[in-house]
Amino acid sequence: MKSPQSMGMNRSGIDLSTQGAEEMMKAVDEFPPASGGNGMTLSQLRAPYFAEADPVGSIPLPGTLKGAAKSGMQKLLGHHAEVLIDQLAGRLAFERTGTRLYDALIGKFMTRRDEATMLSVDQLQQFRAEEAAHLGLCWDALHQLGADPTAVTPMADTNAVASIGLMQVIADPRMTIAQSLHAIHVAELADNDGWRLLVKLAREMGQDEMAGRLQAALEEEERHLASLRTWMEQIILHEAGAQ
Amino acid sequence: MAINLMRDKGTPLHRQDFTWRDLVQKPISKLNVDAFTRVRIILMNGIESESLRFSHACARMNKDLQGYLARVRRKEQHQQTLVNWLLPADQSPLETTIGYEQVAIEVTAALAQAEPDPYIAEVLRYGLLEDFDHLYRYAALLDRLQGIDANTITQGYTDIVPGRPTVDEHRDPLDDLREPYDKRKAAPLTKLHAYTILSGEHQTHDYYMHYGPWFADPVARQLYAEIASIEEQHVTQYESIIDPTESWMEKWLLHEANEVYNYYSCLEQEDHPHVKAIWERFLDYELGHLQFAIDVCKQVERRDPAEFLPDTLPAPIAYKSHREYVRQVLRDEVDLRADGTRFVNKQQEPERSRNYRRQMNADGSPSEAVAAGWRWSPGGELIADRGLKQAA
Repeated sequence: MKSPQSMGMNRSGIDLSTQGAEEMMKAVDEFPPASGGNGMTLSQLRAPYFAEADPVGSIPLPGTLKGAAKSGMQKLLGHHAEVLIDQLAGRLAFERTGTRLYDALIGKFMTRRDEATMLSVDQLQQFRAEEAAHLGLCWDALHQLGADPTAVTPMADTNAVASIGLMQVIADPRMTIAQSLHAIHVAELADNDGWRLLVKLAREMGQDEMAGRLQAALEEEERHLASLRTWMEQIILHEAGAQ
Repeated sequence: MAINLMRDKGTPLHRQDFTWRDLVQKPISKLNVDAFTRVRIILMNGIESESLRFSHACARMNKDLQGYLARVRRKEQHQQTLVNWLLPADQSPLETTIGYEQVAIEVTAALAQAEPDPYIAEVLRYGLLEDFDHLYRYAALLDRLQGIDANTITQGYTDIVPGRPTVDEHRDPLDDLREPYDKRKAAPLTKLHAYTILSGEHQTHDYYMHYGPWFADPVARQLYAEIASIEEQHVTQYESIIDPTESWMEKWLLHEANEVYNYYSCLEQEDHPHVKAIWERFLDYELGHLQFAIDVCKQVERRDPAEFLPDTLPAPIAYKSHREYVRQVLRDEVDLRADGTRFVNKQQEPERSRNYRRQMNADGSPSEAVAAGWRWSPGGELIADRGLKQAA
């Protein structure tokens, strides 16, 4: 397996323009900052926005009275059911994006297998299928609670925003398989803790049957993360010639 | 390579073909490419953007020209796509903004030095010092919001220090207008400069208006709002230096000639083999557009295009660091302000501009806040702070 990285003419540092950097420092001395203060000045400008901000959106009410009266919902009386709905919808969104991340990685890997010979398409396909199954699990759980699984809740939106950079890495043809795996690794780390929290939340809110199903998903996510850690280690050490 | 605008045929319009695959080529490397290749890509996107803007305006006012303009415009739109899509996805909107300001500084400085009309040169220098300050403000934002050193984009070619403070650049609209060149007396180079700087500044305005709402941070949203407002002032300034009595046909010919001049300038100085091939291809396309417009001028308007166009092109735009020139302009002219179409010392600035500025800055100044106490240093402010702590 050869390394797709290479040494070359990277121009982003000052070593390639030491004279330019020296001149820039002279300019800083001749033309100093026009205004006093420091980075805290920005905080003062932001403070009123923080104080007055509206939320990004709200958690939708159950669409039907029938839905609200379902047995699962009854057990949530006395709790803030909307928190469980928001977390489930957040996981649903993340799993949906996660499935697409695997789709993108598999598409790239099909033409660039030589960059990561320890990976197998079958295993990536299996992880992809499990991510897709997990989103179905969240969808069904939301239905069970009488919630609308098609709605974008605030947590679903948060996850969508947080995932933008991950897809940018994997979809970029210039990013290597190792760099793309790094993005999946970041996703799986957050996913793992997200499932762990969701299982705990469901249990604490009296949803034992649901928690059992979520626990099974968590165990699959743990396998994903363990594999990702191993692959990352192998691929980087191999590229470095250390293995 | 000598270009003859009246005789060189270039690629005829019917042979200017694209495919979707062709429009989306390999992007440049943000990390490896020379900063001036990025500068040229950003400017040429602006040049093509202006060609579309003008063509649509012209079509709305000239029924007889609509078919001719539409045929050329389709090619220009695809050229703009191909050029703009050379920018890579890992170059964030704020990093690209740093590139836009480097364009505004280094290209304006090049034009100002080559400009034969002393008044137009003064106008260019006036705008230069304002864009120079924008680079400093955006560099502070990039460092303080994301922890990224703007010099990773500008690569040591361009100083990152305050210019005419952005907070002082807000003027009454009447103080943004300038005197136009006289189309009968102006050198061809003056006209090319005017169309080039107008194109670049208009695209810069549109870019900031597009990406301002993309930012989550309120300081970034305010800074883009503030600097976009100045870019709008610059568009007002630069469009007013163009003789408004030029006919629509004359303006079309000058737009095409200016595109030829700009692709020629890029081609002469480009080292990146892939990008250089694109400049060469599009220089030939633009010569084809110019020939097409020349024919329209003869057949539809029954006028001789030689009335409007020179035969040969001036020396290309100098794509290089103009550090010493910019510093000298900064020392000499930072305190100039505008009174109508004249430049005066800041003590003589009209009350109308002072009042307007007071109003706009009444709730605070984003450009002052973002750069409060900020000075460029290699690797960014956090590295400089670390050095100070170690020294202590």
